[in-house]
Amino acid sequence: MTSAAATRLPRRRRPGWVDSFLLAVRIAAIVLLIWGIAGTVVKGINGEGPTGEAWRDLVVAGIAQGAMYGLIALGYSMVYGVLGFINFAHGEVFMSGGMVGFFVANYLWDIRFWDTNFVLSILLVLASSILASTLVAVIVERVAYRPLRDAPRLIPLITSIGISFFLQYTFAGLFGVAVKNYPPPPDYLRARIGFLDLEIEGTKLAVIVVAVVTMVALYLFVEKTRTGRSIRAVAEDKEIAALMGINVDRTIVATFAVGGAMAGVAGTLWALLFRGVSFITGFLPGIKAFTAAVLGGIGNLGGAMAGGVLLGLFEGVGPQLVLAGFGIPGVSQLKDVVAFTALVLVLIFKPSGLFGERLAAEDRA
Amino acid sequence: MVMLDIHNLHKSFGGVEALAGVNLHIAQGEIVSVIGPNGAGKTSFFNVVTGFYPPDSGEILFEGESIVGLESSRITEAGIARTFQNVRLFLNMTVLENVMVAQHCRTRAGAFHAILRTPFLRREEAEIRARAEEILSFFGTRLVGYRFDQPALSLSYANRRRLEIARAMASEPKLLLLDEPVAGMNPRETAELTGLIRKLRDERGFTVVIIEHDMRVVRDVSDRVIVLDHGVKIAEGSYDEVSSDEAVIEAYLGRPAEVG
Repeated sequence: MTSAAATRLPRRRRPGWVDSFLLAVRIAAIVLLIWGIAGTVVKGINGEGPTGEAWRDLVVAGIAQGAMYGLIALGYSMVYGVLGFINFAHGEVFMSGGMVGFFVANYLWDIRFWDTNFVLSILLVLASSILASTLVAVIVERVAYRPLRDAPRLIPLITSIGISFFLQYTFAGLFGVAVKNYPPPPDYLRARIGFLDLEIEGTKLAVIVVAVVTMVALYLFVEKTRTGRSIRAVAEDKEIAALMGINVDRTIVATFAVGGAMAGVAGTLWALLFRGVSFITGFLPGIKAFTAAVLGGIGNLGGAMAGGVLLGLFEGVGPQLVLAGFGIPGVSQLKDVVAFTALVLVLIFKPSGLFGERLAAEDRA
Repeated sequence: MVMLDIHNLHKSFGGVEALAGVNLHIAQGEIVSVIGPNGAGKTSFFNVVTGFYPPDSGEILFEGESIVGLESSRITEAGIARTFQNVRLFLNMTVLENVMVAQHCRTRAGAFHAILRTPFLRREEAEIRARAEEILSFFGTRLVGYRFDQPALSLSYANRRRLEIARAMASEPKLLLLDEPVAGMNPRETAELTGLIRKLRDERGFTVVIIEHDMRVVRDVSDRVIVLDHGVKIAEGSYDEVSSDEAVIEAYLGRPAEVG
């Protein structure tokens, strides 16, 4: 048995040019960050730039979008925890939910049920979206990943990229490439709602509340239920879990199903926030959610949630807060740049992600 | 009654024959020690019996039924549980959870009950929790009370070994395979565990097979000793018979140099 402590002894070596370069990058990042923020603050003092309400809306929008990223990120993180590879098709699992939800919503709109009973309608949409995402996730696991269970981890990774394209173009082929717009939510949801002295747009508040409830439910599921216990056992050691009588295949299916259900919830939240879905809708949110999972420390569920919300906030507030300080025009177009820069910076400062301590298994790819 | 019956078991890794035709049987209610020099095939024997690896050829009958080729979770359900030479717990889970999770193969509430959180499921959860606490109390006060909710990684090495035995007990096996249960323990802990191994049989009714290098433990617990070397059984019998067997002495100490 090799001692783990021995490998953790500090290695004394002279810092090379790479270290100096990374140090320079770190210092530059901090300086630019402060400079940008300072610039924005100066503008604010001079009465330029966004107003207080505008800032509040940016923060709320960021949290709402981040909550959605967090829900999708959970799926990445859970599958990574159990199988040790990134399921890049997870964005498409999310898209499937949004897409199927659209058809249900559209039907309800056609029969005038959407207007008369919106709450029940959105619950039906949510249920169908969850069902669709869960089914897609489980089928993908069964068809594409289970045969590769013993293959090196790069192989399911590449497969997941293939599945991702397969799902995108299956949906494009079946339902066309045009963006499908959900029917509008009722006026009372689009209006601003007073909440702790803050006037918040109803849909955003609903999105945040639903996301929080879902995350709490997932936490209880993983920590308190029997299936959750099995999932944690399989994530720690598949061989031992099997020897303790746990059905590993069934537990892996459960993991994909739960991740899929989270993505399904996110699909409906996406519809509430942006209304439009198309076959390509899963791509960018999928990548962002993956970013969020890495940001929070992949394999760690709390980290995925926190990473999602943080990424949403960076993305929502970052352009105005940092980039505008340099006087760059059209900053809100640059939110994707900010999101991925945030990822790079976090990884430079803390390579295991913000909450990534628990990722101990050294054989992870 | 013969519980485990093994005929002509073979397993090779590359060119190395870890098991080269092992024949042995374990009777119900026995405590059998499997000994032999390093690389004799003792752990491979456990690994093949528990379905960790499939055997290349040979027969493994557990209570008269072949278990060759079954998945490990099925073999556990059939009633064989084991511990590991290098303790392998679920370190991030609590002490109690480690023991509870091993009972999953004995629970009956399925997804339907889990989603609706029916009274049946809650009663069953309470039962496996109570059973887990009861099993942990087998080791005296070492793993009870505040220990229940601590993560397994906070335990000392000896307690980890104890917890691993508790986890194996929790799957309600008939046959318990212990791989070097006292390795790394101090003399007092070893003496204590030696007593517990006897209790596993006498009070709990498990049939026990242990792999052990500590000959005092082997002497004190075994009804019968089986000696493996180079993947074959070279001797079998009581401790005294085996310890004076020439083939065994040769396997451990080497052939005496020819005189003259």
